[in-house]
Amino acid sequence: MFDGITPQLLFGQLLIGFINGSFYAMLAMGLAIIFGLMRVVNFAHGAQYMLGAFVAWLLLNIFGVPYWGALFIAPVVVAAFGLVMERLILKPIANLDHLYSLLITYAATLVIEGLIRQRYGSTGLPYSSPLPGGVNLGFMFMPWYRLWVVLFSAVTCLGTWLLIEHTKLGAYLRAANQAPEIVESFGINVPRMVTLTYAFGVGLAGLSGVLAAPIYQVSPSMGSTLMITIFAVVVIGGMGSIVGAIVTGYVLGILEGLTKVFYPEGANLVIFFIMLVVLIFRPGVQLNGKGN
Amino acid sequence: MPHDADGTLLAVDNLKAWYAESQALHGVNFKVKKGELVTLIGRNGAGKSTTLRSIMGIVRNRQGSIKFEGQELIGLRTFQIARKGIAWCPEERGIFSDLSVRENLTLPPHLIEGGMTDDELMEAFPNLKARASSGGTQLSGGEQQMLAIARILRNGCKFLLLDEPSEGLAPVIVKEIGNQIRQLKARGYTILLVEQNLNFARAVADRHVVIEHGQVVDQLTNEELAANVDRVKTYLGV
Ligand SMILES: Nc1ncnc2c1ncn2[C@@H]1O[C@H](COP(=O)(O)OP(=O)(O)O)[C@@H](O)[C@H]1O
Ligand SMILES: [Mg+2]
Repeated sequence: MFDGITPQLLFGQLLIGFINGSFYAMLAMGLAIIFGLMRVVNFAHGAQYMLGAFVAWLLLNIFGVPYWGALFIAPVVVAAFGLVMERLILKPIANLDHLYSLLITYAATLVIEGLIRQRYGSTGLPYSSPLPGGVNLGFMFMPWYRLWVVLFSAVTCLGTWLLIEHTKLGAYLRAANQAPEIVESFGINVPRMVTLTYAFGVGLAGLSGVLAAPIYQVSPSMGSTLMITIFAVVVIGGMGSIVGAIVTGYVLGILEGLTKVFYPEGANLVIFFIMLVVLIFRPGVQLNGKGN
Repeated sequence: MPHDADGTLLAVDNLKAWYAESQALHGVNFKVKKGELVTLIGRNGAGKSTTLRSIMGIVRNRQGSIKFEGQELIGLRTFQIARKGIAWCPEERGIFSDLSVRENLTLPPHLIEGGMTDDELMEAFPNLKARASSGGTQLSGGEQQMLAIARILRNGCKFLLLDEPSEGLAPVIVKEIGNQIRQLKARGYTILLVEQNLNFARAVADRHVVIEHGQVVDQLTNEELAANVDRVKTYLGV
């Protein structure tokens, strides 16, 4: 039944799956970090990812800053934006039901996307690849830029994981995920830690946006379409679990790619189907932030 | 009058505290002098833990006055209160399950001159040294209690709030914890200890403050308590 499947098709889709998985992993990781400490479901993550791509586009087209500069500047700009957002709209409602933070980050998404759409329209803006060309591996053609994305996001995920699991800073974060009041009673400025953690997670979304700019079109809605999938990834990986988010991101990206090869009709549904199965067989786990 | 004219380190005055709409403390008054070991005793739900949590700023909805070294604590955030020199060991111990024993122990930063070094801590609590790389919650209840006390000695705070360290532990372990607490007093720490175990309280304390329904109803020195054990037992409902 798999007669029509050439190595080119298989590896081509595997690569696309890996690329998508890289974005799923990075975005889900940022969401998990934010949720773990703040119990905030950051609905604005997709809009912040889009902002990263837009800032890169603006840097190039207005200030002439090339991709390699934007790769460092744009995430910092987006993180600073996140820092201000936390101070202005999340901190004031930190003691209310978590539903409010979900609603307010959703509202922020609508405002951010609306403003960008107003100013730049809803059609995509092109951003040319900083690494044109590629290499023919025999069984497939590997574009340099896609190779770069796969490697860079893997290093980012690994680095973030190391930071959280194997440094003192990460120990503060892990401890505060469990009992922020006890960490604060040690004399640690937990409110500031919350602000910086949110900014860090948002900065990761911005970084993903810059990485995405040369692959996908830079458009106001590029984040919201992706976010639906990312939330499914986070639910499957266990809310708040960093490793769960990373592994699930890659696995689902690749599964999605393989589904395109073997059962194209199901490709758009496979992730949601898995989420459904997970929700049925692991009730409660994805809500308490301590998935196993 | 300067705050330390009579050696007062902590002065709690007409302290009221709320959990959402429900009031847990109804005007608590007591003092702790520098170097003293004072217990808060009283039956379950009397407001002992809430008193500690209010001092530490964990319970934020509170009124009245809490002065430490003459400075008002109400209005400060928990981390600012810690930086004044107050450490808290919660009733549920608060060992972090995602952290190893060593990570748990070394989490508190050095805030104030004179905190114990990691070597000193390992020496003072030898059984923690042997378990340093275990997960925090793989320890026995007694070891977890030791760890919870040990780690708050790291940041240099000299006023300790200990919430029922003897709770749920075997008598031998309780005795060991009692020894540790006496040693801390000998090292110059001032301690406010919540207890329901009267024998344990008598074995370590200078003075006792009895709390009932969110108010202080009695205060006795350790000698006075010895002469009035039956009366105090009725406070505890035992
Ligand atoms: N987190 C909380 N939320 C609401 N009420 C609480 C909470 N913690 C304690 N209380 C209530 O406050 C009162 C005092 O409790 P607590 O200070 O824990 O007592 P104790 O430590 O003396 O046993 C009790 O009536 C208790 O039910
Ligand atoms: Mg209690």
